[in-house]
Amino acid sequence: MIKLLKKYLLKPYWLFVIAILVFTAAQVGGQLTLPNITSNVINVGIMQRGVEGDAQNNPTVKSAVAKAMTSHTKATNSKQMNYILKEGGLMLGVTLLMAVGAIFAGLFCSKATAALARDLREKVFTKVEHFSLREFDKFSTASLIVRSTNDVQQVQQMTFMLFRLGLLAPMMVIVALIMAINKGGELALIFAVIIPLLLLVMGVAIVFVMPLFRSVQEKTDRLNTVAREGLTGVRVIRAFNRQGFQQNRFKTANDTLTDTFMTAMGRVVLMFPIVMFIVSIAQVAAVWFGGHMISAATLNIGNMMAFIQYMMQVLMMLMMFAMILIMYPRAAVSAERILEVLNTEPVILDPNTATKEKAEKELAIAPVSLEFKDVAFSYEGGEEDAVEGVTFKAGTGTTTAIIGSTGSGKSTILNLAERLYDVTEGQILVNGIDVKDHTQYDLHDRIGYIPQKAVLFSGSIADNIRYGKPDATDEEVIEALKTAQAEDFIEELDEGIEAYVAQGGTNFSGGQKQRLAIARALVKKPEIFLFDDSFSALDLQTDANLRAALKPLLKGSLAVIVAQRISTIMDADQIIVLDEGKVVGLGTHKELLASNNVYQEIAKSQLSEEELANA
Amino acid sequence: MVGSGEKAADFMGTLKRLLKILSKNYITLIIIALFTVAAVACSISGPKIMEKAINKIQEYVQMQTTFYPMAKQVNTQLNDAEKQLSAQEQQAAAAKPQLDAALKVLEAQQAQINQLPEPQRSAAQAQLDAKMAPLKTKEAGLKELAAARVKMDETNKQLDIVKNGKTDAERIAALRKLAAAIPSSSTGGVAANQAAQIKGAPDAQMLLFAKALALESSPKMDFNYIGMICLGLVVLYLGYALFSGFQQRMTVRITQELVRLLRRQVSEKLDRLPLKFFDGQTHGEILSKLTIDIDLMSTNLQNVMSQSMTSVLMFVGIIIMMFTVNWLLALISCIIVPLALLMTAVIAPRAQRYFGRQQAQLGELNGQIEEDYGGHNIIKAFNREQISIDRFKGTNEIVYDSAWKAQFLASVLYPVIIFAVNLQYVFIVVLGAVFTRPTAYFLGINVGGLTVGALFAFIAYLQQFQQPMQQMAQIANLIQSSMAAAERVFILLDEGEEAPDPVESPVIESPQGAVQVADINFDYDPAVPLIRDWNMMTEPGKMVAIVGPTGAGKTTIVNLLMRFYEVNSGTITVDGVDTSVMKRADVRKMFGMVLQDTWLYSGTIRENIAYGKDDATEEEIVRAADTALADHFIRTLPHGYDTEIQEDAGNLSSGQRQLLTIARAFLADAPILILDEATSSVDTRTEQLIQAAMERLMHGRTSFVIAHRLSTIRNADQILVMNHGRIVESGNHDQLLAADGFYAELYNSQFAGDEDA
Repeated sequence: MIKLLKKYLLKPYWLFVIAILVFTAAQVGGQLTLPNITSNVINVGIMQRGVEGDAQNNPTVKSAVAKAMTSHTKATNSKQMNYILKEGGLMLGVTLLMAVGAIFAGLFCSKATAALARDLREKVFTKVEHFSLREFDKFSTASLIVRSTNDVQQVQQMTFMLFRLGLLAPMMVIVALIMAINKGGELALIFAVIIPLLLLVMGVAIVFVMPLFRSVQEKTDRLNTVAREGLTGVRVIRAFNRQGFQQNRFKTANDTLTDTFMTAMGRVVLMFPIVMFIVSIAQVAAVWFGGHMISAATLNIGNMMAFIQYMMQVLMMLMMFAMILIMYPRAAVSAERILEVLNTEPVILDPNTATKEKAEKELAIAPVSLEFKDVAFSYEGGEEDAVEGVTFKAGTGTTTAIIGSTGSGKSTILNLAERLYDVTEGQILVNGIDVKDHTQYDLHDRIGYIPQKAVLFSGSIADNIRYGKPDATDEEVIEALKTAQAEDFIEELDEGIEAYVAQGGTNFSGGQKQRLAIARALVKKPEIFLFDDSFSALDLQTDANLRAALKPLLKGSLAVIVAQRISTIMDADQIIVLDEGKVVGLGTHKELLASNNVYQEIAKSQLSEEELANA
Repeated sequence: MVGSGEKAADFMGTLKRLLKILSKNYITLIIIALFTVAAVACSISGPKIMEKAINKIQEYVQMQTTFYPMAKQVNTQLNDAEKQLSAQEQQAAAAKPQLDAALKVLEAQQAQINQLPEPQRSAAQAQLDAKMAPLKTKEAGLKELAAARVKMDETNKQLDIVKNGKTDAERIAALRKLAAAIPSSSTGGVAANQAAQIKGAPDAQMLLFAKALALESSPKMDFNYIGMICLGLVVLYLGYALFSGFQQRMTVRITQELVRLLRRQVSEKLDRLPLKFFDGQTHGEILSKLTIDIDLMSTNLQNVMSQSMTSVLMFVGIIIMMFTVNWLLALISCIIVPLALLMTAVIAPRAQRYFGRQQAQLGELNGQIEEDYGGHNIIKAFNREQISIDRFKGTNEIVYDSAWKAQFLASVLYPVIIFAVNLQYVFIVVLGAVFTRPTAYFLGINVGGLTVGALFAFIAYLQQFQQPMQQMAQIANLIQSSMAAAERVFILLDEGEEAPDPVESPVIESPQGAVQVADINFDYDPAVPLIRDWNMMTEPGKMVAIVGPTGAGKTTIVNLLMRFYEVNSGTITVDGVDTSVMKRADVRKMFGMVLQDTWLYSGTIRENIAYGKDDATEEEIVRAADTALADHFIRTLPHGYDTEIQEDAGNLSSGQRQLLTIARAFLADAPILILDEATSSVDTRTEQLIQAAMERLMHGRTSFVIAHRLSTIRNADQILVMNHGRIVESGNHDQLLAADGFYAELYNSQFAGDEDA
């Protein structure tokens, strides 16, 4: 937390921080002057000890006698009155100063912490945008989202608290303590008893309550799990007539949670009365011992009053500080999580300038091709390679298909070709150049990728299509949609290509989303198409039409198609059969059908005997 | 400090309903109320009592510095006067016999002189008179001395009353009389001078002076009295701690019991709701009512209940106490309170508005983050990083703008309240200081004579006053958001329930599994008719395949057979018994179900297999697992049958989960099956296992199979072909091919197996 604040707050916003310090100090000064002035007003204005000069400890009995008894000695009277009014004016000024101090401290604090949050969000977001899928796997998408949103929020709130109360409280405590000792002398010994006592109470609370709240969190999670299971499994539960069982599970979870929470809260709520009791007792003690000191003429009454007020401020600020301390660990964890992201360097980097320039030169004349040379890849922490020994070459104008069961590594091959991951062994060449020697921008520019899960972004349909080519004209967009067989359903929409796409594209069906995702890649006119099972949600007719429309576009480029349906890939120039990450067959449909066991098995379950025979 | 600003649509209705539930524990509520009153009473009477101790100290200080020295002088002077008088009296008494004798001699001489003739007589008379004159003067002096004695006695009598008088009033009156009695021109000196000053002093000071006069030696602080007060305060604050502690604990209890009850009610309610309810909204929406909303109530209500009454009582109580201390200061304070409230009223809504805006914009920003992270590979693939970052920066800047404004306005609120409170403080201290003077006039009323203790009490009340003022503003927000949450929960509790099961219903003893569907009409939405005049008859042990593209509505058939939804018209009979007149549980008992969505609960594998049968033995469980071809993989797990199934099943593959659901269905041993064939989400080998296990399961049972595999469809005795939610065709494979309809089209365009991918 401190590291993070140092780097992202103190450095860029040091002026703000100084302003906050200054204004907070003004606030503290004001807050602590008030009791002092009060004590003067009481001592001088009320108790009438020597108006002239600093008369706090110089009681001139004779004049006091006179003054105490005079309500009509005009001269002295107006002198007192003036003094009170003068001090009153001073207090008013101090009060105003405090308010101004607090408001400006609040202003700079709000600005600084909001700026911190903004900067952190931006830095994290920018960082994450440059992450490869490796880093995404490492952190998980959900965790990255939490780090960019909640964690930043946590840090912002904590920083605000730290700057408002965290600065204020210690300053107040220290200054008020000094003032209290100054005013009260020996009376300050009360602190020696009260502060340890308060610390003890807080310590006890931390020891006896905090673990309970951790337990409450676990039990809340448990209740949520059971509740969620009840919802997701509603059909199964009813089908098996297990409502009663589910109710019992819920009841147990509910009871343990409620009971634990009750115990925890039952202890927490005692804190406040106990602390208030201790603080009140401190006040009583101040009066009792103060009385003795006054009797012994080592203290005057105004100072006793000032001491009590300073003491209250010390104790209250201590409580505030304790609250911050309790909240601090949570924010510190958030800060750590943010730093973790910021300190992670993506493993996939662009080549150095020399390599880049050399590659660019060669690429300018190279024909379109994609080649895998004995490629192996394993995921972070994966015991086995996700794919291994993958070797194939695809040239201009060809279509390569990849088929295999789920988990056989088909999508992995596409991700590797795009360099969303780096191979662990072997080499991948695009247009004859190693993908590692391309800049990522250039590589991605050459590739049109259509994902298995059609991810759309909020915006209009046209916005989504222009993802492929930001400067595409309406005609180009419509052309791409036509090829992708998306024209029909878009024509039905009132706003046409300007129709709104909700976040995640939830207002479109799976098939529609897939066609939009295809159009998005088409508009790009890439050299290499990567279709990752992109036809799965299409009905067969659309699938066939689409493939027919694609054919002319593939001239001069090449396509890799991952599919589950044999019908989709029968016409491919080469078919790669994957099983558990290994290439178990490579050839045309006919060749594979004749010789490859795995392919035959897949074909058997999908094709009619007739078709099998015809092949 | 400032809440989210959401509000309940029917605030009063929700509040009433919540109170009604709470009022069942009215005894606890009453005790809580009593304890609250007690705690508040203890808390606010503290300063008032402390006032007495401080006044005692003040009194001592005044006594020590002012009255005692003065009284000492007065006493000394009076003593001196007494001594002087006594000395004179003594002198006079000593001289008296001589004087009397001399007078007697002179009187005798007078008698003699009276008999003397003139002119001798005149001369003698003159001689005698000359002798007589000093004696007469001496006699008059004696008389004067006697008068002085009377006066002195009177003074002493008054002084005695001043010193030892029974009532304060008596003593004050005596002191005033005494002061009045001393003429300013008298030779009394200092006493007379002071007497003149004392004349105008208020009673409180007169009393102190009277006390000072009574003192034999220099004044002592009355530690007995102060000690008693301090002890009393300790008891009082202990009382506060106890009452407040108990009140809070009981509040915890009552609110948590309410929360427990609500959770249970919602959970039970969900059991009685039709499937339609669950299909109509996301799990997240329902779950948030059960968890987030109720949790919110759990924490908010605790604060609301323990603080609302306390702060209102404190608010009123402190105002009353202020008036008892000093009505004028209290009145002045009451003028400043609305000022603070006014400023709050001006600032708070603005802050709230900015918070609302910030929340909305932050939501948008978070949406952008979620979207972009979720589509990270697309963003990379399409080189959109920079565009995406630029867009993010734009939104981020907007969030920053409203974030600091919201935060700032919220942070202004506190200084403003503090400013108002401090303003009050200043006024009170200044005016208080003025009022502590013996006399101070306000509209012609003497408001002087305020004690330091009273001023202290007043300042203490001012400080106490901050708490309820801040709390009340906070509680208003808490109540709002609690009511909004409560309302959502109540709306859920008011959802329409499934029609209750009939009390008496037919039970099929040993069902064979002959299912007949007659004239079924059904639709989810009356505007979109789905199933019309569906008729179907299947004999025990036969297989019905349901085919069609994704979204064709195959689950509708499951919904109707299992009575998850009720048909509009028509009947479904099993072994000739209409299922709609049976208890739902009895209907469902006849069906075994294995769905694609392999739902398992977080328990052990053993518990999950036994899910289908209440009292399954270990042997039965293992046999079911074995028959479902799951025994082998279960035994390869580190904990075998005791393996805990984790949520989202990180530890099992989806194929393995599927096998477990099959084992579960085996154990349930229902005569009719509903199966959802595995699709491509399972690897080839496991898929074969699942297929084999399903075939075993189907053996001898009537089965409805949502089919993806060609072989299954071909082997089916009947095929229901579905499209767009409707049953478009039915018959066996050959019949359907011959009909050359949708099925034929589907089949001819190479019926493929991954619609559900």
